Amino acid sequence: MAFVPFWFVLIAVLWTGFFILEGFDMGVGMLNGVVGRDEAGKRTVVNTIGPLWDGNEVWLIVAVAATFAAFPGWYATMLSGLYLALVLLLCALIVRGLSFEYRGKSASERWRNTWTWLLAVGSLLAPFLIGLALGDLLYGLPIGANHEYTGSFWDLFTGYGVFTGITLVAICLLHGANFIALKTTGDVRVRAGRAARWIAPVTALLTLAWVFWTHVTAGGGGFLNPVELIAILAILAAWVLVGAHHEGWAFTAMTVAIAIVVITIFVDLYPRVMISSTNHAFSLTVHNSASPQYTLKVMTVVGLVLLPIVLAYQAWTYYVFRRRITDESFQPALGAAPRPAVSAAAAMAGQPPEGGHGASAAATAPQPPRRGLLHRPRRHSGHGRRDEQ
Amino acid sequence: MRVDLARWEFAFVTVNHFFFVPVTIGLAFLTALLQTAWYHRKNPEYLRLTRFFGTLLVINVAIGVVTGLVQEFQFGMNWSAYSRLVGNIFGAPLAMEGLAAFFLESTFLGLWLFGWDKLSRRLHLATIWLVAAGAMLSALFILAANSWMQHPVGYVTVNGRPQLNDIWALFTNPVFIWGYAKVLLAAITTGAAVMLAVSAWQVRRGGARDVFAKSTRLSLIVLLPAILLAMLVGDELGVIEARYQPMKIAAAEAQWTTCQPCSFSLFQIGGGNNDHTPTQLLEIPHLLSLLATNHWNGKVIGLTPLQNQYVAKYGPGYYVPNVFIQYWSMRVMAYLAIIIVLVALWGIWLSRRGSITSYSSRTSRWFLWAAQWMVILPFLMNTAGWFLTEIGRQPWIIQGIMLTKNGLSPSVSTTYLWISVIVFFVVYATLGTIDLILMLRYSRKELPPGPAHADEPVPAMQY
Repeated sequence: MAFVPFWFVLIAVLWTGFFILEGFDMGVGMLNGVVGRDEAGKRTVVNTIGPLWDGNEVWLIVAVAATFAAFPGWYATMLSGLYLALVLLLCALIVRGLSFEYRGKSASERWRNTWTWLLAVGSLLAPFLIGLALGDLLYGLPIGANHEYTGSFWDLFTGYGVFTGITLVAICLLHGANFIALKTTGDVRVRAGRAARWIAPVTALLTLAWVFWTHVTAGGGGFLNPVELIAILAILAAWVLVGAHHEGWAFTAMTVAIAIVVITIFVDLYPRVMISSTNHAFSLTVHNSASPQYTLKVMTVVGLVLLPIVLAYQAWTYYVFRRRITDESFQPALGAAPRPAVSAAAAMAGQPPEGGHGASAAATAPQPPRRGLLHRPRRHSGHGRRDEQ
Repeated sequence: MRVDLARWEFAFVTVNHFFFVPVTIGLAFLTALLQTAWYHRKNPEYLRLTRFFGTLLVINVAIGVVTGLVQEFQFGMNWSAYSRLVGNIFGAPLAMEGLAAFFLESTFLGLWLFGWDKLSRRLHLATIWLVAAGAMLSALFILAANSWMQHPVGYVTVNGRPQLNDIWALFTNPVFIWGYAKVLLAAITTGAAVMLAVSAWQVRRGGARDVFAKSTRLSLIVLLPAILLAMLVGDELGVIEARYQPMKIAAAEAQWTTCQPCSFSLFQIGGGNNDHTPTQLLEIPHLLSLLATNHWNGKVIGLTPLQNQYVAKYGPGYYVPNVFIQYWSMRVMAYLAIIIVLVALWGIWLSRRGSITSYSSRTSRWFLWAAQWMVILPFLMNTAGWFLTEIGRQPWIIQGIMLTKNGLSPSVSTTYLWISVIVFFVVYATLGTIDLILMLRYSRKELPPGPAHADEPVPAMQY
């Protein structure tokens, strides 16, 4: 059995899954402040991906770990070569991951604004840097005969790599805006739809330019291949569908477009995995970087057993959280404190949910003035006390 | 220089990551126990405790997950020569970890947090158990990978390169089996110590004294067997390591000459790689023989003869790990474990008399104070344990196969290493402090009231 090509395909699939799923998380993160606008809106926006983002991010970890197991040479050259870019990527992913959990943990406005910003910046940097990395794989980096990277940090910023990064950021923005519109109601949905219609033409044009540049980079003759044509059609369809307020169909078109964009990179790469701009003979290929047959066989069995199970329960998660989220559940009720100082913990008062959410219960309780993070909770501060209802 | 920087960086990010991992494993398990109690007994007090400790769990999981990202990347970033050589073996359990454990843990944590009002109570209970299972599974795979570095098994050498030829050997490696058991028990000890400390503070200072007396008891019931078993398993692990990594155990006793039978010193003055004759105080006869070999009169080969053996086998070089760190890491672990056992016994004795709840006696006030501060100990022990394991393997990155200095990334300069060390130091220090403050703040929050009647719907926990 051809384990080596199989694992190349599987890694391409993992990156595709990552960009389809985490792509909208990144977009939601970037747009959180803009589309959310006020506190209730921002919380609505963040909670559209609340139960999903963590599981989506695992696609990245598994893509990297699968590369480690199946193509150790690729993993070693890529991660040591992209060194400082990855330090930056890790920082972006760290602050972004924490911002979901920590943002609501203090009522201080400065605290929340800081995390809103960190979420946006982290969500912008992550797809840009990963796009830069994927673009560089195809465009070529200075790699010596011993398969070691010989360039510096600045050599990573190839024109094509940077443009791939920018294109993926734009794609994530559109995917995220459309996802918020798909998952919310009321003002947030209207604002998200408006943002999507602004972003759609920019994303479509960038993606078209990217398809042509990729075609040239990969040296693909006078005609576009069918995969590239589908990418163009899908992104144009997404543009039209966003304009026509068909959120569900636009989401489908975006999914197709993202899948094709990521797959295009891998199709053009094969059988190489990292092209050497120093000398094409030094390029890493699936063959000279792969693990021996036995490891690939073991990992194939493990992957074929586990991946369908993972897909099944992740799909089920999306089914469980299929309903739209309304920002009413995050609105402060009349007579409440000026800030809806509600976090996951405060919402745990065990109150019956109103409109499907429990946050409102705690929001109605008058809050004592707080001094931010170091504030020590006073006893009887009345987090969602029953008698206040 | 480069190898020192890369080792410092690895130690720093790994020790930090392992502050959060055992709390996740232990607290997920204990939270699942609390929710199970609520499910079966329908007592709303257990629901309130589940959600209280669940909040602490998710604050901790968030930082555990993001620091785990760094772990996944750094093998390739700093140790690319190592990754290139043995990725086909070491990478396999890592990829399995992602597929089997990370997906499970993160997906079901989302379902647990946000699914309170969307899933049936039975299904929702299953989600927290799957979170706990995912956390425990991830430790399984990473320990299998780490144990392979301690005691390489299941491979053949082809053209000087190790190639996996028996995946099952990685999971039946005795260093893995006992090491994994040790890590799980240490994690449950840590989680129970955290729950005990928070409950003790709440019983002392908080409003819902009777409710937290329940979690005090639960954590004590989990803590005592966990720490006792951890000590037993740790003892057996010592015997196994003495077999495969004799340097590690000889260094842990600063035993330079071969002895039979061997005594164990409680303390020493001086010692280290340049002082072969430290003053060892309070020697307990036969104890080292027992710890290292399971035999009353077992023989322990000293560091000097081992060094000579290694030179003959692997060529010239210095193969002795840092003896000072080994000696004290082992003792920190053992002595602190004894303190935990004593405090746990004290607590169980008090709670059998019912005096934790009544909070009347001076003794129980002292106990609660001690239980609260005891939370620091498992973190020190976990760190000492990893020092013992990892520093004891030096100078090898893979015992007998590759030296640490040969595993470094050839393409990463000293400057780049410095940049990453400084960046991660600043980021971890800042976010670690914020995490600690949040944990303390949420540990001291007043326990929110429970539902008025048992079938009232429970709202989701949201961001």
